[in-house]
This record gives sequence, structure tokens and C-alpha cells, in this order.
Amino acid sequence: MRFQGKVWKFGDNISTDLMMPGSKVLARPGISDKEAAQFCMEANRPGWAQQVTPGDIIIAGRNFGCGSSRPAARMLKALGIACVVADSVSRLFFRNSIHIGFPVLLCPGVSQAFEEGDVAEVDVESGRVRNLTRGVELQAEALPKDSPPYQILMAGGLDNYLKARLAQGRRAS
Amino acid sequence: MGATMGEKILARASGRPQVKPGEYIWARVDGTAVIGARNLRARLRALGIERVWDPERVYVTEDHLAPPPSVDAANGAVEMRKFVKEFGITHFFEWGRHGILHELFPHHGYVSPGDFIASIDSHSTSYGCFNVASCPINEELPLVLATGEVWLRVPESVRFILTGRLPGPDQFVVGKDVILHIAGTYGTDVALYKSVEFVGPGVASISMAGRFSMANMGIEIGAKFAIFPCDEQTLDYLKGKMRREPRPVSPDPDAHYSATYTVDLTHLPPYVALPHDPGNSVPVVQVARERIKIDQAFIGSCTNGRMEDFRMAARILKGRQVHPDVRLICTPASQAIWKQCMEEGIWQVLAEAGALITSSTCGPCPGLHMGVLGDGEVCISSSNRNFQGRMGSPKAFVYLANPATVAASAVTGYITDPREFL
Ligand code: SF4
Repeated sequence: MRFQGKVWKFGDNISTDLMMPGSKVLARPGISDKEAAQFCMEANRPGWAQQVTPGDIIIAGRNFGCGSSRPAARMLKALGIACVVADSVSRLFFRNSIHIGFPVLLCPGVSQAFEEGDVAEVDVESGRVRNLTRGVELQAEALPKDSPPYQILMAGGLDNYLKARLAQGRRAS
Repeated sequence: MGATMGEKILARASGRPQVKPGEYIWARVDGTAVIGARNLRARLRALGIERVWDPERVYVTEDHLAPPPSVDAANGAVEMRKFVKEFGITHFFEWGRHGILHELFPHHGYVSPGDFIASIDSHSTSYGCFNVASCPINEELPLVLATGEVWLRVPESVRFILTGRLPGPDQFVVGKDVILHIAGTYGTDVALYKSVEFVGPGVASISMAGRFSMANMGIEIGAKFAIFPCDEQTLDYLKGKMRREPRPVSPDPDAHYSATYTVDLTHLPPYVALPHDPGNSVPVVQVARERIKIDQAFIGSCTNGRMEDFRMAARILKGRQVHPDVRLICTPASQAIWKQCMEEGIWQVLAEAGALITSSTCGPCPGLHMGVLGDGEVCISSSNRNFQGRMGSPKAFVYLANPATVAASAVTGYITDPREFL
């Protein structure tokens, strides 16, 4: 899994309330991800969701995705964001991302190494993160190949992983 | 080497003699909750899952949009009831007998000391006040429902040693102030990925409601678990409610904590978190001088919608009036609390003061209904998050405080130190 894309930069403590505003999205349980994603970051960066092009990459500061457990990673995925690389990430946001097959990498110092508009290259398996615009290379935490999050991410998300696991269980019993 | 409380519970839940921080494990959950469940049934069916691993351990309600303010929300509830019927869920709480999940489920015996819980909603860290390792989940709910298991990376542990005595509800300084102080002093990522353990002689001076607020807002400092020891107060609170024998854990003397912080509770003042982050917290006295005018005051949420909270509010509001420019919204964390407030005459006091009393719901806390904020409005809230846009308009301003501070501010019309009402 390797991505190359244009960078959008976000600061520290970007909450899931910003990605998926309650009054616009949670208040309408039937809303589709695509429709809901139009409100993503509306409070802190009005108009941003409409400027994203598929394949763009988010580089962020500390504690990305803090707060509510709402499935906010789905908003980024629906906008076509390829992956997120951040100095640190909230645990729930990280888990939610992995479980929908959306790569999020922890890479302390990454927010210092990129400016908005730079081009990033991210290799999810090895954790190598490169700023192609500036020729800087960083190492993100790579998930161990035998760990459940790695296997779930590589399966493309929990649903695929679970289908395979349940099928196996049925065969075994 | 010894183990922390989190490590002991995870070792048992994963069937290992011990666990080490950083390792990946599969752990068996003692219980899980479902709220809303709009798309859950369809998702489970698509995966070929037709039953939950143990219907006795699955608890269902709807609290965020209770009762529904729109057709869309009502349709979500229709789906939830289908899920309940088709999957044979017996622990379902219909509106009227419901509450905010984090208050409702412990009240019905969903947790026992020593449990491992992985449950929907970020504030599932709340159950840590009962000596439980409880972590929030969301997307992996189908995994837990189908198998009763969840994967985890064993967290490092950090500890807060609490010393001295918390002034307590009599002095209008409660658990909420401790956790706001911690978020402001040590940062909202001090416990990122970690098990936070609150220990030390000061714990005994914190009421169960206070511990609840602290474990609840553990997520606001990044925590995976926020665990208190089990003491007499814990067992007293849970007596007659628990469905499982308690298996309390305490940290070994040589347990390893990656960081230790000491907080002296004795002189702690009431705190307030300024917009737009729970970590922007300062003692209320510092902002009281500025006379920050408020439009809305909210007492409720899973953090501070309990008896202790409404009793403090009633003490302040008795014989007084809510300021003419302010609306005070009071929303109990469960219908059981609603009833007790009625029996104790608290609703009488609040209603005479001009407060608005609602049924139990998340309501204004996540900006859904019954008190959504408009552009430019200022709210002081006893809930847990003041992120931009959290309670409605992104142009609104939310201050977080304990319920006494909220009540005092509702009377004066600006952010006020509740100790002026002692
Ligand atoms: S009261 Fe607020 S924080 Fe608590 S569960 Fe409801 S929405 Fe979440």
C-alpha cells in the first residue's frame, strides 16, 4: 500500500466533532457517508471538503481525531483522502480507521516536515514517509505484520476480515 | 515484575498469566452496549451474523436522540427495535425506562469490579470508576457482537496519585474539577493510548459521582482505560445491582507506570474550561472577574447529570431566579434520576427558579436537540466537550464547568464562582 498525493495540513487536536458535526450529521442517522462528508471540517475550514481531490493526503499535528467515537474516518474516506499521517492520533480514531481499511500512520515530527501543498509519498507497510517537494524522509510506526490491525487493514477493513474469520470458524466446527 | 490494574484485568481477559505493554492480544469482553444501531442490523446480516455471542451480555438503548426529534431519527429507532427483536436481546431499555447509556447500564448491573468492557461510545471509559478496564470501540462492534472478543495493544499505564481531601459537593468542588485541572495542567494527550489509574489516599474523599466524572472524561485526556481502585464506596454503590461476582484488582507495589503525577486535592478550586478545548481549563476565579455573559446554562450529560449534581444546583437555586437573559436546561442522566429528583423536591426548586427540566437524553451535549446553540451564543455546560461546533453552531462558545458553577452562573447571568453562594 503506497500513496502519493498533495498535502493538506491540519494542526493539533482536530476532533471528530469537526470531521462529522453532530448537528449536521448525527442528527440525521439516515444520511449517507458521501453526503455527510460535505460537512467535514466545515467549522474550522469552511469549503475544504469541496476542494479535496481523491488521492490527497492529510498531514496533522498531535491528537488527531480526538473526542467522540463517531465513525469520522468514513468522512475522510468518502472524500477520497488516501491516508492520514500525524504526530499522534487518538486511539479511537486510529481503530475506527483501521477497521474501515483506511490507513492512518503515527509519525512524531511529521507536522514539522510538511507544508500545505507539498507532495507526500507514504508507504504504509514499511512506514516510510517522504516529502517529495523538499526531499525529506521520516519513519512512521509500522504495524507488525502478525498484528490484528495490520491484518485487518490489509484485508481492506473489518467486514472482509470478519467474513473470512467466520467462514474459517464454520469450516473448523 | 508486578502488574498495574489494567494489566491484571487484561491478563485475565486474554487468558494469560501476564501481559506486557506493547503486545497485541485478543481479549474476551464481559459486556458490551449498543446505542442507536441504525445500520447495525443490515451490517450484521450482510456478514452472515445471525446471533450475538451472548445475549445476556449485550445492552441496548437509544439515548442520543431520545425520543426522536425527526422522522429520520425515528426510522433509526425502528431499526434498533428490529435488531433487538431479531437478535433476541433481553436487556433493552425503552424510552421512559431509559437513560444515557453510561449511567443506565451500571445502574442495571452491567459492570462489576474487575470486568473488561469494550463498548460503543467514547465515554465508555466511565465504567473505570467501578474498578473496570473499559475501553470505547465503534467500528469493531460487529466483531465483538459476533465473537465476544476484541483485539488490543496492551497499553502502558500512567498513574495519578491523589493526595489530601477533595472539598466535595458541600464546598462546590467535585470530581469534574479534578479532571478539568488534570486536562489543563498535563494536557489532553497526557494519557494517549494509556491506561490511566487514579490511586492514593485522596481517592476515598471523592464520591462515586465524582469518580464517574473523572473516569468519564478520561477520554478527554486520551485514555484507553481510566481505572479507580475498588473500595467500600464502590461496593456500596453496586450492592444489589451486580449481575456478576466482583473480582476487584489493585496494582502491585512494584507495578510499572510510565509516568506518575501527584495531585493534591485539598485546595483545589472549581475549574472552567474555556472554548474550544477541555484542556483550556483555569480556576473559575480567574474568569469570574471578566463577567462573561451567558445565554444558556446546561446541567446534564453522562458526566454530570446525577443526584449529587442536581442537589448542588438546587442548593444554589433555592429561593432564587434564573437570570432573565439566561435559559437553564436541566437534563438528568437517567429516568431513575428524574424520578429521584422529583421525590426529593429538587424539580420543584428548579422549576420555581425558572429552569427548564427535560427527560433524560444526551440532548444539547452533542448538539442534537433540546438546546442546540445558535450563532454567537455562549453556553456554560456541565458536559465534557467544548470543541468548536460540539453543541450546535460552530460560531457558539462553550465553557465546561461543574454543575454548581453552571447553576451559579445561571443566577448571575455571567460565569461565576459557585463558592460565592456558600
Ligand atoms: S451525554 Fe454527551 S458525552 Fe455523554 S454519551 Fe451523550 S453525547 Fe456522549
